[in-house]
Amino acid sequence: MLHIVNKSPFDTGSLASVLRVAKKDGGAVLLIEDGVYAAVKNSATEASLKAAGMPVYVLQPDADARGLQSRLMDGVNMVDYGGFVDLVAGHDNVQSWL
Amino acid sequence: MSDDMDFEEGGAIKKFMFVNRKAPYGTIYALEGLEVVLISAAFDQDVSLAFVDDGVFQLVKGQKTDGVEMKNFSPTYRALEGYDIEKLYVERESMETRGLTEDDLLVDVQVMSAAEMGDMMAQQDVVISF
Repeated sequence: MLHIVNKSPFDTGSLASVLRVAKKDGGAVLLIEDGVYAAVKNSATEASLKAAGMPVYVLQPDADARGLQSRLMDGVNMVDYGGFVDLVAGHDNVQSWL
Repeated sequence: MSDDMDFEEGGAIKKFMFVNRKAPYGTIYALEGLEVVLISAAFDQDVSLAFVDDGVFQLVKGQKTDGVEMKNFSPTYRALEGYDIEKLYVERESMETRGLTEDDLLVDVQVMSAAEMGDMMAQQDVVISF
């Protein structure tokens, strides 16, 4: 399952819920909109993302808009809108954690 | 707080603080707050801006919004000086929790502790939160 998070992890608990609940086998996390802030290097959320046990993707246009181009942690995968579509198509199902 | 504002006679100058606590593009709060700050500049009041929690993300350097087709309003923070709005306060813990340092910010700010921020807030006549 592809888990999509669009809220800042410092503002809501949606990312924390994903990391607590999601089945890791076959799972993946896609950070979009304010969700991308979770992947900022040296942030309080970096360690929990590193320990996600699932691939983590970041929507590049949303990261760029927020000035995060060179401020993201290692180990996350950048995707564009085409990559977003591929991720959705490549998983059996999708959950948006609003 | 007992003095009424009296713009016609020049009136009393009050201390206004705008508290920014939201990230810039996920909601409209940051942009709308900035609009209000610019309007406030017309009233010759003692205006300051505070950046707390996700509000510190508003000041991150290098915002590039072409890909999301939204207006990049971050250069406006640098123009505030031209409106005599020069008091920009950032709470240190909010910044550090988010992996940011003062070097990541696009304007000169005064970084302060939570307690100092609380003191600043307590000194205001009016606090408006976005």
